[in-house]
Amino acid sequence: MTEGPTPLPPKSHSENKLLDYVRPVDWHNPEPRNPYDLVIVGAGPAGLAAADLAIRLGLRVALIERNRLGGNSLNAGTVPSKAIIHAAHAYAAKRQAEEFYASGFTEPGLNFGAVMARMARLRTRIAEYHSAGRLQTLGVDLFFGDARFSGPSDILIGGTRLHFRKALVATGARPKPSNISGLDQVGYHTSESIFELEELPKRLVVIGGGPLGCEVAQAYCRLGAHVTIVQNDPKFLPREERDAAETLSRSMARDGVVIRLNTTVVGARLQGGTKCLDTLNNEVKDCIEADVVLLSIGRVPNTEALGLDIAGIECDGAQGITVDDFLCTTNENVYAAGDVCASDKFTNVARSCARMAVQNALAGKEKRQSQLTIPWCTYCDPEIAHIGLHAWEAKKKSIPAKSFTVMMHDVDRAILDGQDSGYVKIHVKEGTDTILGATIVASRASEMINEISVAMSAGLGMRELSRVLHTYPAQSEAIRMAALAYCREAAFS
Amino acid sequence: MDALSSLPDEALIDELQRAAFSYLVEYTDADTGLVADTSRDGSPCSIAVVGFALSCYPVAVENGWMARKDAAARVLKVLQFFFRSTQSDQPDATGYKGFYYHFLDMKAGRRVWQCELSLIDTALLVAGMLTAQCYFDRNDEREIHELVETLYRRIDWRWAQNGEETLSQGWKPECGFLHYGWEGYNEATILYILGAGSPTHPLSPASYSGWSVTYQWENMLARDVLYSGPLFTHLFSHAWIDFRGIRDTFMQIRGSDYFENTQNTIAVHREYCAHNPGGYAGYGRDFWGITAGDGPGDSEMRENGRDRRFFGYMSRGVPIGPDDGTIAPWAMLASLPFDAKAALAGTRHLLTAYPQVCTRKRFASGFNPTLSGAGSGWVSEGWYGLDQGLLVMMIENYRTGLIWRILRGCPYIRTGLKRVGFEGGWLTPP
Repeated sequence: MTEGPTPLPPKSHSENKLLDYVRPVDWHNPEPRNPYDLVIVGAGPAGLAAADLAIRLGLRVALIERNRLGGNSLNAGTVPSKAIIHAAHAYAAKRQAEEFYASGFTEPGLNFGAVMARMARLRTRIAEYHSAGRLQTLGVDLFFGDARFSGPSDILIGGTRLHFRKALVATGARPKPSNISGLDQVGYHTSESIFELEELPKRLVVIGGGPLGCEVAQAYCRLGAHVTIVQNDPKFLPREERDAAETLSRSMARDGVVIRLNTTVVGARLQGGTKCLDTLNNEVKDCIEADVVLLSIGRVPNTEALGLDIAGIECDGAQGITVDDFLCTTNENVYAAGDVCASDKFTNVARSCARMAVQNALAGKEKRQSQLTIPWCTYCDPEIAHIGLHAWEAKKKSIPAKSFTVMMHDVDRAILDGQDSGYVKIHVKEGTDTILGATIVASRASEMINEISVAMSAGLGMRELSRVLHTYPAQSEAIRMAALAYCREAAFS
Repeated sequence: MDALSSLPDEALIDELQRAAFSYLVEYTDADTGLVADTSRDGSPCSIAVVGFALSCYPVAVENGWMARKDAAARVLKVLQFFFRSTQSDQPDATGYKGFYYHFLDMKAGRRVWQCELSLIDTALLVAGMLTAQCYFDRNDEREIHELVETLYRRIDWRWAQNGEETLSQGWKPECGFLHYGWEGYNEATILYILGAGSPTHPLSPASYSGWSVTYQWENMLARDVLYSGPLFTHLFSHAWIDFRGIRDTFMQIRGSDYFENTQNTIAVHREYCAHNPGGYAGYGRDFWGITAGDGPGDSEMRENGRDRRFFGYMSRGVPIGPDDGTIAPWAMLASLPFDAKAALAGTRHLLTAYPQVCTRKRFASGFNPTLSGAGSGWVSEGWYGLDQGLLVMMIENYRTGLIWRILRGCPYIRTGLKRVGFEGGWLTPP
């Protein structure tokens, strides 16, 4: 049940189809066409984005993957989790039935197998675009196997040597393993296996209150599991502002998730066939019983067995491969992108950085990763999205910031949708209308934040944002309301 | 209660203030001088309530409710208790490093409930001690001065930083410093000022700015405010310190001060309750006071298709929440110095429409009229000492400014304010 490089065995037609796309069983690696303009190690979001751009630039490209195309994002992370979250959201909507339909509504039963089958079907559909066959058609030389640098400009796959002008390492990251005494023996899931469950667990314990832990806790609780989430910090989502984390905490509690904040799991044991997690909250000891345990305490970069030292590529076990602002490693011909080197381990960042690295390596560009404005989202209900600076980050940089806050309960569409929990908060540099960042807590925050992303990327300030007409009613109207509040305030100051 | 609500403003305020003070006398242990957290059976002492009580004795003397020598004797008794109490890292001590545990046994004066060595509650206690020190300054009251001097000087504020820039919320002998810190503006201003003002172990110079960097200056509901959701966070430090016209760097940049900020926050709270997005019973422009306090307890209810979830004792806030329809009935009157008109209008409305929130002329800690299963709404049982003490002080500050005046003369408060960057107003030398 712990993570590993071996693909899980196929279970269904969808799974077989998926393997056809991402790891064909009868695949034969091509004959190398050395030298390559670009050799990419790892075919997750970063590797695939890099291959796509490099081919469009007319380059000779080799792509190496040891497991499945699409990486964690497609196979065991972002894609499957969002399918299950949506199913859980739809199932939870039954709670609003009384409001919508008055009494007499019959609660639908849950077929967990159908939920998982839908997820598998949708994942396969998305995988088609990244399929081995398509890459082959595009002209990418696709190799499956373990890659290892054999010199500053050479990579070995088994006995096959690839010679490159430039290389990109995009091997991603994997779930951080347990350091909890006894947990290995008791058995636990990570993000790589929790979406492969065949039965809804009666009692699920989630260790870790980061984005994935919160998403899984809420989704499985809504599907009917008794879920306890244990977080060693005093609040969830340590990167988010306190109000956002507390709003989520209350939302999860309303769903029925049992919340244990400021609590550490210090040991695990089996007792009469039941998993028992020993916890410590300050000095108070307790035990939580579980049928299934999810460990979600972060991710570690995949840097082992790559022969990085042979190629002169420095790396740090926890931080991953060392890169400069142009994503170049300590080997001037090797770049890195994605979770293997990024502190922001998001699919969108991986893709953007990979394209940037290709342009820097082969197209004479000098694109800096520090120039990226990165939006991210935790897909709970309500969703929590953020971009740019937090107010306290601005202050630490000696930038005076003022936040314009609009509550979703003041937004007509949110009221009509019954989704009026949360807020939009846009941070502005005081004395200007420059947007420094924003936090959105709303049912559709993942979509709404993109409007701020566009504004920030295009250099649009609050005045211009206030003049952008929105459809009515729309939840994104909250953004314009914040911009209008800025203009009202500016007019009087 | 009809008689109470029919009184003119001055008389109404008098009655409510004196009744609130009587709690502090009624629930003081005769041997230790400690004051009970609540009126409920078996309640331990809250050291913060002792701090409020110490601050209220001058009010009682000035209003003729208590002879000065009796008040001084009460002050002396509790100061002697703290002076003689056990300071050690043992789990049943009264305090450690000059700080005190949040809750103490009323008789033995030792830690109960395995509670934390509380920094903020120690600060509220010490603020009360300094108030008493400044007020009881006659020759025959010299022991009060000396005890407070000793107790204040022995507090090791630098130890409480635990090598960090900012303060955590406490310490336990079992696990050391708590993970919880102070993030964003809140009631901790008094803590940082008292820590900065120490002549022996002051907080490091960067401590206050390290905390204030987490402040959020926000525009919400058409007002600019230094945001903090619960109303009490905008009141506690103000019970002792007159923030009118004095400004730290943060407020200098904004052209505002903390007093004005509380005024604006009250306006935001009233606007929120008038708007009443949660559709709670009773809410309106004269029904507000969402803050920390007792609540109906963890329960759920479905009403008109809406899920209602209620909480027990917790810190409620505006506009981001949490809000479960529960208000603190005392909070409107405690806002008198900032918006007397709003405070009186709200208090009168409350006393007329919901007289059950005020028994023996003392306000309950919490009231929730939405919880219709409880008949005329849920009312917290008994009284909480913090509420009563704050009310006495805020009413007095509104009427005479007594506490503010006393502490303007406190050298440690003045030093603390200046060290964290406050200037102007009454801090300017004549």
